Amino acid sequence: MKPLEDYLVIDFSQFLSGPSASLRLADMGARVIKIERSGVGDICRTLYTSNLIMNGESSVFHAINRNKESFEVDLKNEVDCEMVRELLKKADIMIHNFRPGVMERLGFDYQSVTALNPTIIYGEISGYGTEGEWRNKPGQDLLLQSVTGLTSLTGNANSGPVAMGLSIVDMLAGAHLAQGLLACLYRKAIKNEGGFIQVSMMESAYDFQFETITTFMNDGGELPQRSEKNNANAYLGAPYGIYQTENGYLALAMGSIPQLGDLLGCDKLLAYEAVEEAFDKRDEIKAILASHLSTETTETWLSKLEPADIWCADVLNWNALLDHDGFKVLNMIQEVEMVDGYRYKTTRCPIRIDGELLTSTKGSPKLGQDNDRIVKEFITQKTIANV
Amino acid sequence: MNRPLEGLLVLEFCQFLAGPSAGLKLADLGARVIKIERPNTGDACRQLSIKNLFVDEDSLLFHTINRNKESYAADLKNPEDLEKLKKLIGKADVMTHNFRPGVMEKIGLDYASVQNINPKIIYGMVTGYGKEGPWKNKPGQDLLVQAVSGLTFLSGVDTDGPVPFGLSVSDIMCGNHLVQGIMAALIKRAKMGKGVLVEVSLLESILDVQFEVLTTYLNDGGKLPDRSSAKGSAHAYLSAPYGMYETKDGYIAMAMGNLPNICAIINCNISDLYVEAGSAFENRDKLIVRLAETFKKQNTKKWVDLLESHGIWCAEVLNYQTATNLSTYKKLEIEQELNLGDGKKMKTTVSPIRLDHQKLTASKGAPKLGLNTADINKEFKLD
Repeated sequence: MKPLEDYLVIDFSQFLSGPSASLRLADMGARVIKIERSGVGDICRTLYTSNLIMNGESSVFHAINRNKESFEVDLKNEVDCEMVRELLKKADIMIHNFRPGVMERLGFDYQSVTALNPTIIYGEISGYGTEGEWRNKPGQDLLLQSVTGLTSLTGNANSGPVAMGLSIVDMLAGAHLAQGLLACLYRKAIKNEGGFIQVSMMESAYDFQFETITTFMNDGGELPQRSEKNNANAYLGAPYGIYQTENGYLALAMGSIPQLGDLLGCDKLLAYEAVEEAFDKRDEIKAILASHLSTETTETWLSKLEPADIWCADVLNWNALLDHDGFKVLNMIQEVEMVDGYRYKTTRCPIRIDGELLTSTKGSPKLGQDNDRIVKEFITQKTIANV
Repeated sequence: MNRPLEGLLVLEFCQFLAGPSAGLKLADLGARVIKIERPNTGDACRQLSIKNLFVDEDSLLFHTINRNKESYAADLKNPEDLEKLKKLIGKADVMTHNFRPGVMEKIGLDYASVQNINPKIIYGMVTGYGKEGPWKNKPGQDLLVQAVSGLTFLSGVDTDGPVPFGLSVSDIMCGNHLVQGIMAALIKRAKMGKGVLVEVSLLESILDVQFEVLTTYLNDGGKLPDRSSAKGSAHAYLSAPYGMYETKDGYIAMAMGNLPNICAIINCNISDLYVEAGSAFENRDKLIVRLAETFKKQNTKKWVDLLESHGIWCAEVLNYQTATNLSTYKKLEIEQELNLGDGKKMKTTVSPIRLDHQKLTASKGAPKLGLNTADINKEFKLD
């Protein structure tokens, strides 16, 4: 049995942050119904990354929305609104990521929904909270990375701002929302109480940076300084970083500098005996390491370092990773199927429960594909007649 | 405040970041979290400092990750200590550990053995690469996991070679996944009345972080990500203008948007490079370079004001000094002050989750090693 079987989630959210939270709940066993705008649906359906179109829709939509149902409605139409209200009466969780004020206008804000269903758990994601000066700004991932200092941590000292090349803040906000919702679902299971969870991308971005921003708060407000070359963490000394070798790259996470000098046969490193030099002279040390490591293959270096328990690894791209037994043993890829028979490969939920993988063969929904079934199952003719 | 996990007891046998960051989240949501630490040394993170910053005898890093917890010192190799721990496990709801595969089996605290002590326990395990396969004994270290996962080919420009994320992203996401798994397990236990095993690994977590782009890769014939050659580009799979551009006095970030419209607003001629909608992808690198020439001509504020007045998604790129001065940063109450005893205080972040209109603040600082050993012995009658 999956942990969230028998729970119903009504998800109004679009793009990545909210839908990534409902994907997690779906993989844990919940039934997730996407509420989508008639004719258009989740805008993510047409948000293409590269030029790849899969069965008429974007690859990212398929990745984020598998294992869900789609209920296509017009929230400006009173009959449709009444049907959604019927669904919410039976739901355990509802999610949205509209900008502040939108749900109030539509009549699906926290107060209105708890009036329909007092034990519902209501989750919302915003970019910058619901009150401050920036509450109406778009909650877009790169912009959040940019205004929270995150772009000053990756890349080298002279690279200028460097983004993390994924929508990491969206995913963090989604993860935090899922945590809040699950905590409330536990409370509901014990005490039969509802709850209200709010997450903002800005707070999630700082939670991600909790170590470095706490350092900033306590070191007199110094800005992070990335190393000149081979930077992997602005706050760590040499050798922490990735280095080019004769035939590829080597990631090196620790090791005292003289010990590395000894193992790698690099005499210049033997002089850096004082522990603090690893940080204070990291640019110098990294330059020596970089020039030395470029002279032999990755395999040669690994064969010298791994037996000495130095933390190091080869650097793989996806082709090399997918070919590796270390990857294959994880069974990380699953195939899913849409209602029209279109099949595609994607990753599975990263959590194992009682030794089992949380997989599902259900692909992403076509817009409105579940309307008839949902109406039949949840909506009485009286509901429609009353409007 | 009625915190959802109130009344739950969590025993944390974890060190460093992934496991302890999960313990911190559970603590902020209301659980009582006791770190089980080796006498004399404790969590190795106590001595792992960044910029050599310490508060009393422990690193600032340790204080950041382990606030709102208690500490119980016990030697897992000492039979007396182990007996006490088994009694404590009998009272616990959750235990977590991040030892390498096989360690807990040797000690006799693996899931099967612990179920005999407490059949209703939620048992959370963090590994680097899972329990099987050729990598199972490799050190579960963040940079190395990033390195083997393909993640390092997504950031920066194509001539940079691999560029890791500048934070311990595998650790942090894995901690987030552990929290999710533990809470799902608590829900399952509430229904079924039995213990639950939850397993996560750094590698599976960092693959999950790449789920969108991996799905693209798995369905486009295995094309590797194609990072731009143009400085400031921010995503290997998104077209121009997505990226950050130098201005006269700083940098501006541009989200996805209608390129001809944006170029008309900033007065940048792209007619030779942009002939149809697909050009934004095909000529991405040249377009980014062209846009960069225009953005250099004015100050950031001028560009942001102009573009925002047309509804274009953009922002000034800020550093920690300018970012923490924003009124929104203050309004969101991102910081809290911890009480470390003896009148000492330190600042750090608050939980990012707001519950029933309130922030989940907690002023309790991280514990000294073994701070609560005597009290816990007494409370649970372990002696």
